[in-house]
Amino acid sequence: MDAQHITTKERLAIPRQVMPAQPPEVRIYNFNEVHLGYTPELAIQEALRCIQCKDPVCIKGCPVNIKIDQFIKMIAEGNFLGAAKKIKEDNVLPAICGRVCPQEDQCEKMCILTKKHESVAIGNLERFAADYERETGKVELPSVKPSSGKKVAVIGSGPAGLSCANDLIQLGHAVTVFEALHELGGVLVYGIPEFRLPKTIVKAEIEGLKQLGVKFVTNAVAGRSITVDELLKEEGFDAVFVGVGAGLPWFMGIPGENLLGVYSANEFLTRVNLMKSYQFPDNDTPVFNCKGKNVAVFGGGNTALDAVRTAKRLGAEHAYIVYRRSEAEMPARLEELHHAQKEGIEFMLLMNPVEFIGNDEQWLTGVRCIRMELGEPDDSGRRRPVPIPDSEFILPIDMAIISIGNGSNPLIKQTTPDIEVSKRDTIVVDINTMATSKDNVYAGGDIVTGGATVILAMGAGRTAAAAINEKLMGSDHDR
Amino acid sequence: MYKIVSALFLAENIKKIEIEAPRIAKKRKAGQFVMIRVGESGERIPLTIAGSDPEKGTITIIVQGMGKSTKELNSKEAGDTVSDVVGPLGAASHIEKFGTAVSIGGGVGTAIAYPTAVALKEGGNYVITINGARSKDLVILEQEMKAVSDEAYITTDDGSYGFHGFVTQKLQELIDSGKTIDYVLAIGPIPMMRAVAEVTRPYKIKTVVSLNPIMVDGTGMCGGCRVSVDNQIKFACVDGPEFDAHLVDFKNLSDRNKIYQTEEKQSSEAWVHECKLFKTV
Ligand SMILES: Cc1cc2nc3c(=O)[nH]c(=O)nc-3n(C[C@H](O)[C@H](O)[C@H](O)COP(=O)(O)OP(=O)(O)OC[C@H]3O[C@@H](n4cnc5c(N)ncnc54)[C@H](O)[C@@H]3O)c2cc1C
Ligand SMILES: Cc1cc2nc3c(=O)[nH]c(=O)nc-3n(C[C@H](O)[C@H](O)[C@H](O)COP(=O)(O)OP(=O)(O)OC[C@H]3O[C@@H](n4cnc5c(N)ncnc54)[C@H](O)[C@@H]3O)c2cc1C
Ligand code: SF4
Ligand code: SF4
Ligand code: FES
Repeated sequence: MDAQHITTKERLAIPRQVMPAQPPEVRIYNFNEVHLGYTPELAIQEALRCIQCKDPVCIKGCPVNIKIDQFIKMIAEGNFLGAAKKIKEDNVLPAICGRVCPQEDQCEKMCILTKKHESVAIGNLERFAADYERETGKVELPSVKPSSGKKVAVIGSGPAGLSCANDLIQLGHAVTVFEALHELGGVLVYGIPEFRLPKTIVKAEIEGLKQLGVKFVTNAVAGRSITVDELLKEEGFDAVFVGVGAGLPWFMGIPGENLLGVYSANEFLTRVNLMKSYQFPDNDTPVFNCKGKNVAVFGGGNTALDAVRTAKRLGAEHAYIVYRRSEAEMPARLEELHHAQKEGIEFMLLMNPVEFIGNDEQWLTGVRCIRMELGEPDDSGRRRPVPIPDSEFILPIDMAIISIGNGSNPLIKQTTPDIEVSKRDTIVVDINTMATSKDNVYAGGDIVTGGATVILAMGAGRTAAAAINEKLMGSDHDR
Repeated sequence: MYKIVSALFLAENIKKIEIEAPRIAKKRKAGQFVMIRVGESGERIPLTIAGSDPEKGTITIIVQGMGKSTKELNSKEAGDTVSDVVGPLGAASHIEKFGTAVSIGGGVGTAIAYPTAVALKEGGNYVITINGARSKDLVILEQEMKAVSDEAYITTDDGSYGFHGFVTQKLQELIDSGKTIDYVLAIGPIPMMRAVAEVTRPYKIKTVVSLNPIMVDGTGMCGGCRVSVDNQIKFACVDGPEFDAHLVDFKNLSDRNKIYQTEEKQSSEAWVHECKLFKTV
């Protein structure tokens, strides 16, 4: 079968191609990537499944509207580099999004095949094309417009900041990214673990931006090392994009939360991913020694699953997810949920912690939980969990990781009071331009939406870049 | 890479290090700190900015060798570099004209208290400093403290210099002498800060301490530096590090700081062993 001579019936007869992966019993002992990627043959097979709809509804499911039908056609024809280029017209970080997008809620959900068959594996194909381009060393740098003489500062090097910087540099503006940490990439490096998103991929994408001329300044905390006003007034930037991400983790406010062994997911993941404490003592930063211990993670999102699977890989005997609703309500990506189940993660569903219990030395020894049942739907449309009376029990654990979400980082608000924030301290913007209440200051990503997704953050970065360009060049720039 | 401009031991195990960091030198205020990563595999450790020279573009830190990271930092000399310096972090000390302000430093805490003592003086206060050390050879910044103080006292635990006893005894003596004290700043080991809080509590003297929980990012992202103040969770790197001494749960802080004792010992011993092999110390 080839791309030219294949009937729709034949296309529909091909089963969805499974991406090869490390077997669960192997991968729980290492931090290497779970998925191994499609071979060219598998990719072509999968691409042939796409029936090339006249009205490709899948595109509507993608927040950045990648020309999905077109790039898949190119893969089917064996034109992998062309496919990568096509994707990059709309998405600067395809190797990353192909791996971490919640496709089942976005592009793949809309795919026409979903109704009767399984959807085309759009994410897997996107990842394949991007990996192929990178691994063969054939990444072509996009062309950059002549210098506009304008300077833009981007604060934060997460997906929002990176995509904004990418678009602006191509439009000819000088871009400097200021990052608080010593590493670039935001959640992509300190949150999402190596076994889901290898750091070499994030590095390669950032390298590409450097080659285009984006300047990166690490160890620069906006609000502390330098304020937004100083960037605009003293350092001569014409506009500022704020992409500082979500902030301080929420705790549950139950007794015993300050016992030794109780972590936030952010701290646990930052120690392991950013500070590489899984290589202690070769790296100096320690983390709770999970070997042979019982670890419980509280929450049901991507962060919770990343934390529990990390604890398992660090040698936890029992690694639990304690979640107050049922599996159907878990916000995590479906694929990760399946991976976690295969890795022996134990799911304690419809349970809520009420108290952490410690010994005389203040080390955590257990958590008192209460069983829940699902009641009426709440504001989010999900059925509200309600406690079942007299159903409390104690789960013996040595480590607890709290993963119930984040608030907003207070630094920008404290130091730039003229940027309007909501009651939840997220930055308020005009969603068409991402402009804040302060002149020439734009914002996007988690700092605007609260914890969301990589692709939404990138989309926001792009929208802002377009609006900034418009503003800087005046209305006549495209004539 | 950040260059070390000068490095000098002030006492055994306590080193004064001047590092090139122009942006921080220009911006920092009393009470703020930096996070330093000594080498590429190093941890991020918080250290108070003891002083700065905005013209030269340098900041000064005063470091006590405790474990691997601080000992490694203290092995550096002028001309060497460290991988990362980020700051200034934390909220600046709240300075106003309180009246009579007593600044108390214990051990390396003296170095942390010094910039705030300077700011209190500049803020128009009558400044009394009490600096404690275990013995005479561990006394640091004596001249600097004298220069900013209206009254300066040194205490040593063994009586080898100055007042024989603890800083709290000296403080009690001052209170008993009938002096009105409007403000107390205490920085040092946790038991010392806790003891100072107990001395001033009955007199309702406003007392501030600078807390030293274990930190990772220092920018308000990880939640690791949480401390319990007035039974609420506060994050020392963004809400502090200075807090009202009478509301702090010191017991919890001192417990939490022990979490990595085993690992810290392991790192420190491995490092000292390695240094002996290569004879760098
Ligand atoms: C563990 C985990 C797993 C996740 N898994 C997925 C997933 O599978 N799929 C998915 O789509 N989404 C996932 N997400 C969510 C996704 O990562 C975020 O929505 C996305 O990264 C937000 O991008 P951002 O650019 O807004 O912010 P961030 O990625 O948070 O980046 C913000 C950057 O700004 C820096 N910064 C903060 N304050 C300052 C300051 N004052 N000055 C300078 N720099 C500053 C930060 O250090 C950081 O580097 C996950 C999140 C976590 C935590
Ligand atoms: C805001 C703040 C300001 C500080 N200022 C100074 C200063 O000016 N001079 C100075 O000598 N020390 C200062 N410290 C303490 C210093 O950060 C610790 O001594 C240092 O991190 C210890 O690291 P280590 O590897 O040498 O020792 P370790 O053997 O790792 O630890 C020794 C002790 O230091 C504490 N500690 C360990 N790791 C950290 C960490 N990442 N963050 C914070 N504490 C930790 C623990 O209580 C531990 O028991 C400050 C701490 C804070 C929070
Ligand atoms: S970016 Fe995400 S939503 Fe868009 S096509 Fe790729 S995987 Fe689907
Ligand atoms: S909806 Fe599905 S089948 Fe149709 S073009 Fe998109 S991916 Fe192909
Ligand atoms: S050190 Fe991470 S939040 Fe304070």
